[in-house]
Amino acid sequence: MSLNLYGSEFTSRFLIGSAQYPSPAILLDAIAASRAGIVTVSLRREAGKDGAGQQFWSLIKQSGARLLPNTAGCKTVKEAVNTAHMARELFATPWIKLEVIGEDDTLQPDVFALVEAARILCAEGFQVFPYTTDDLVVADKLLAAGCEVLMPWGAPIGSGRGLNNPFALRALRAHFPDTALIVDAGIGLPSQAAAAMELGYDAILLNTAVAKAGNPVAMASAFAQAIAAGRSAFHAGAIAPRDMACPSTPVPGSPFWHSGGGQ
Amino acid sequence: MKIHLNGASLDTEHSDLAALVAALGHEADKVATAVNGLFVARPSRAHTPLSEGYAVEVLAPMEGG
Repeated sequence: MSLNLYGSEFTSRFLIGSAQYPSPAILLDAIAASRAGIVTVSLRREAGKDGAGQQFWSLIKQSGARLLPNTAGCKTVKEAVNTAHMARELFATPWIKLEVIGEDDTLQPDVFALVEAARILCAEGFQVFPYTTDDLVVADKLLAAGCEVLMPWGAPIGSGRGLNNPFALRALRAHFPDTALIVDAGIGLPSQAAAAMELGYDAILLNTAVAKAGNPVAMASAFAQAIAAGRSAFHAGAIAPRDMACPSTPVPGSPFWHSGGGQ
Repeated sequence: MKIHLNGASLDTEHSDLAALVAALGHEADKVATAVNGLFVARPSRAHTPLSEGYAVEVLAPMEGG
């Protein structure tokens, strides 16, 4: 089954960031290798009429992906709301990845400002993708504000630490079985992305783990495979872990089992 | 008059935002704008006067995560 985000269908469950790549060509090749249908972008101060902004705009349109602009760097409700409006006009989309940062060392969201900004933007017709923590109550308030997608962090942005709190992520999934849940931030390895998908998450959003890899194109492909594998495993139904061994080979009839020598 | 453009001081005689954006060489639909921290939509730029000390932001697409 495809990924549904605000009524739009996507075959890929990989959302990829567009920052920090070694070159524009590698960025485009990595997007292609990721098979991601959605690419995150942002806004910058434009220095001149031939500035880097327009060069990037021309480049990213070649990817053919749906663009998800963010409010990176915003620290207040006012900044985030006004940046979202600028992004909506510039990128011609109601989608906004809402970031309101509350702490510089961890880039942890200010969840109070996040909920307030989400409430304002949803009322103004935006389709909000909130970058949030794994807090259950905050998630509930974001949904009440009008969000149809939640994007809890796995770990701090760019840390590559993976899923810091699988228990909380599992609880979110259990409490909101019908909400699109995307792990955003902190993923460093394909195995970590697979683990999130095995928990039942709908998609993964990451940037640094691909862009800063030794071979970003190969890593993008590796993540695509891991995300697909994790999704398949979730649907396949994993066994429950147990404390003691359980022989995989049927014991009755095995030679020497009476003597205790068999495995 | 002196304004702040993208955080830097700028002397300008343009009295509205649309004129400033054009004078800077930007195509109107290739940038987004804000004045004193508030978004100014493209159709409103010509009706947005500039005054001494105003803070103007002119933004364009960039890479992001």
